[in-house]
Amino acid sequence: MREKLWIYGGLLLFLVGVTFPVWRDAITHATTQPPALEMPANQKQCVAPTDYMLTSHMKLLMDWRTSAVRDNNWKYTSFNGKVYQKRFSGTCLQCHSKAKFCDRCHTYVGARTPYCWNCHVDPALVKGATP
Amino acid sequence: MKPLVPLFVILAVIGLAYGGGQLADTRYLLGIVLPYAAIATFLLGFSYRVIRWAHSALPFHIPTTCGQQKTLPWIRSSWIENPHNKRGVLTRMALEILLFRSLFRNSRAQIEEGPRLLYTENKWLWLGALAFHWSLLVILLRHLRLFVEPVPRFVIGMDTIDGFLQIGAPQLLITDVVVVAALLYLLKRRFTDRRLRYISLYTDYFALFLLLGIVITGILMRYFFKVDLEGVKQLALGLVTFSPTLPAAVGPLFFVHLTLVSLLFAYFPYSKLMHMGGIFLSPTRNLANDSRRQRHVNPWNYPVKVHTYQEWEEEFHDKIKNSGLPLEKE
Repeated sequence: MREKLWIYGGLLLFLVGVTFPVWRDAITHATTQPPALEMPANQKQCVAPTDYMLTSHMKLLMDWRTSAVRDNNWKYTSFNGKVYQKRFSGTCLQCHSKAKFCDRCHTYVGARTPYCWNCHVDPALVKGATP
Repeated sequence: MKPLVPLFVILAVIGLAYGGGQLADTRYLLGIVLPYAAIATFLLGFSYRVIRWAHSALPFHIPTTCGQQKTLPWIRSSWIENPHNKRGVLTRMALEILLFRSLFRNSRAQIEEGPRLLYTENKWLWLGALAFHWSLLVILLRHLRLFVEPVPRFVIGMDTIDGFLQIGAPQLLITDVVVVAALLYLLKRRFTDRRLRYISLYTDYFALFLLLGIVITGILMRYFFKVDLEGVKQLALGLVTFSPTLPAAVGPLFFVHLTLVSLLFAYFPYSKLMHMGGIFLSPTRNLANDSRRQRHVNPWNYPVKVHTYQEWEEEFHDKIKNSGLPLEKE
């Protein structure tokens, strides 16, 4: 009889573990509502189409970094012909807010904070600084 | 060609899911109906099999041992290899489940020139299995970030450690590399070792191809053909909060991944993958070797009516006495 207790106890523990997302979300009242991202007020179009930025912004940022730092190439011609400066703080963060744009989505999908912020500073934190 | 059929089955599933991921009706089927059906099959099937095992008869203690049994106090016993109490059994089970100790003892028999039979140790299976299983566990736990909101701290910590090489963006995860390498090794040994190829069955290849399919589609989605993570999280969260939604932005590659995962979950209870539950219920591992120290009564023994010598002597006492035979009582 004691073996049955071990087996059923173990099975119960396993089932509780497997259904962890179900009861954890029930406790925290999680909804499928995605986070509200604050869209830039001063611009209509990003440096690339929204679909592309949504999935591949990290690739664009890495490409910018590599070409700017290694090849001294600071100009980026976007898909609609507009030319941007390849600057993270100077271009990206002029429209987007770290706290209300980047972090909200990164926190939501659990994409951990990238190491962008090891070097770059959120311009919102340093008022009046030149980018 | 035993590996070909499972390979084609997996490829067909991938093809169907890729096509199905592009039509509204089949997206609903693959994205919502199939995962629910698969997880229900998994939970019910898993429980059913464990309960069936729990009811099987266990008349004897039958541990496999490979060390000195506990006997006299001055003979040192090996309490893990030949456990005589619960502590030994628990230690042995923990080491088996967490570190695959029995695979560590794996040996290979070869016939050398002479001819002479040579047994050499072979740790590669142990290493491959350990690397694969632990990576799979980490990958599974990392996926909690898509199912749970807010994301638990340990999941993010796991992601940080996993990506600590900081290669590229999204960062290369060590387990992604390890799991592919380990799976390819486990597949390779079935192909290259003649004896192993002979005993490999359809199911052996099917499980490996299925897992490889899952891992490869996952890697493709993370590093190469990006999907909208926000949409994926919405879908995953919707499934576990029982308010399923189908985001439009999620591409067909995601549906291939999800279909293969559903297939894995549904296939699990019917297959050799049940060793996940079975290892806990292996009588050759989870019993103490105490048959000589404790009486184990066969549970299905019915009461036998016995007539002991003492009773017999009592019954024929006078007759034995009269014939001059010795009596035990006197």
